Amino acid sequence: MQILTQLSLAHFLVLGAILFAISVVGLVLNRKNLIVLLMAIELMLLSVNLNFVAFSHYLGDTAGQIFVFFILTVAAAESAIGLAILVVLFRNIGGIAVEDLGELRG
Amino acid sequence: MELNLYPVLPETLLLCAVSLLLIADLFVSDANRHLSYWFTQLTLLACAAVTLATWQPAPIHTFSNMVVDDWMSDVLKLGSYLSVSLMLFYGRDYMRDRGLFKGEFFSLTLFSLLGVMVMISANHLLTLYLGLELMSLSLYALVAMHRDRRECAEAAMKYFVLGALASGLLLYGMSMIYGATGTLDINGIFTAIYGGRANMSLLVFGLVFLVSGIAFKLGAVPYHMWVPDVYDGAPTAVTVLIGTAPKLAAFAFVMRLLVTGLQPLVADWHAMLLILSVLSMIVGNLTAIAQTNLKRMLAYSTIANMGFMLLGFVAGISRQDPLIGYSAAMFYTIAYVMTTVASFGIIMLLSRKGFESDKIDDLKGLNQRSPWYAFLVMIIMFSLAGVPLTVGFFAKLTVIEAVIGVGYYWLAVVAVMASLVGAYYYLRIVKLMYFDEPVDNSAITVRGDAHFVFSVNGMALLVLGIIPQPLLMLCYKALHVSF
Repeated sequence: MQILTQLSLAHFLVLGAILFAISVVGLVLNRKNLIVLLMAIELMLLSVNLNFVAFSHYLGDTAGQIFVFFILTVAAAESAIGLAILVVLFRNIGGIAVEDLGELRG
Repeated sequence: MELNLYPVLPETLLLCAVSLLLIADLFVSDANRHLSYWFTQLTLLACAAVTLATWQPAPIHTFSNMVVDDWMSDVLKLGSYLSVSLMLFYGRDYMRDRGLFKGEFFSLTLFSLLGVMVMISANHLLTLYLGLELMSLSLYALVAMHRDRRECAEAAMKYFVLGALASGLLLYGMSMIYGATGTLDINGIFTAIYGGRANMSLLVFGLVFLVSGIAFKLGAVPYHMWVPDVYDGAPTAVTVLIGTAPKLAAFAFVMRLLVTGLQPLVADWHAMLLILSVLSMIVGNLTAIAQTNLKRMLAYSTIANMGFMLLGFVAGISRQDPLIGYSAAMFYTIAYVMTTVASFGIIMLLSRKGFESDKIDDLKGLNQRSPWYAFLVMIIMFSLAGVPLTVGFFAKLTVIEAVIGVGYYWLAVVAVMASLVGAYYYLRIVKLMYFDEPVDNSAITVRGDAHFVFSVNGMALLVLGIIPQPLLMLCYKALHVSF
């Protein structure tokens, strides 16, 4: 329990920033699999949630934690739609590689 | 505390109507699908009537300050109903020919409109976010609706991934603003910063993410990559939906979050919007020249037009009257939405089963096939290019005037040069219609009601161009009363 009391807001913010950066890198650099993109999006929302909870705790204000509930709900809806689009895409092009998304350009 | 539901009556009505439509449509056969269509149109009309009936002279806040009903929200909501209704009129045969004239199309359209309305009325970061997601999630599904076409699936995936990235950036910015000010309420954010109780470095850090997220949603350069692909790949009716009501919502978003909540940081976001605006105007107009696909060309034109819209916000730094800049941006957005509906409308009206009519060459010799349509398309193109006597001219004039008013002469010169470049590709279409031979001579068959509505839409661009004062005054008055 002692370690928990030693943790400051900055620790949580740095962890949130690292998670956010990992997810952005995952979105930008990933060339292989679209499902990894969906995972990166989830990670991005979770890093935001971490920020909200940390701020909420240190500010002593519950609004941030309530926001997190809404983000979690929206994230579930978002992955449902993302996976549905993925299935449609798979039926059309027979693969889920990011490189396959090259038909529309100009 | 007493809960006042009066200000959210239009939203409540729309939610009830769309829930009813979801159930009732299951019992409607394909032959009677026009019942759902007319029910949707009727809902929009009823929402407009309720919005007008609940018009209030002063802003009213409800749901513990989370939602606000003011003049600006009413004007923008009326614009959204109108654009969705026009889209349905033009898209009826288009969707039917492609087997997309289904109940889901109507309910998803109305759900995205509901998201737009929530965004327009939001006065709290949570409501802003929920409105935005309701709108975006419905639009992702709509883009993917034509599920046998590869382009649609691809466009939907790109829209989804980049839209989710934008929401992520926005949320990250919101979390920083929450941390810096300790509140999610937009007026509370303003008081916290104004009273010096906010952590400035956190605040500016969050602001950068916030502006990036907004730029993504607006499609401003350098966050514009998704716009052409999505506009091109989506069914044209859905493209209209993406290109119109969400722009009105984005305007409200910037007004509420940046202009109201983060007003003390005006110097910071002003510089960011300035860069976005200049880049969008230049890149959008230059890239549009190279396009052969009409939908892609209009997509790049959207990017350029969003740059112009942002000019109005840049002019908001004025010390005398920032409302001149903001009302110019509002007028620009409304004028742009009216013109865009018509410009994509003609693509839908000229399309047939198995023929998308989305190449620029498909407009060749339109004058010989239908002089009236050629005339209307000419007005639309003139309005997009900013030729006098059309509403697009006054829209460009007012934002450039506002920019000159705050002393940014170089910016005005850039804007004029960019619109000169833009005039080239708009006028090229006029040339193709009047001086080239038609490629296919098949007769143009358009429903009577769509023909009538399209004619009114086209003429409105001309009438508003000749007498723009009432709409300009309305925009100014709306912002004056609301802020």
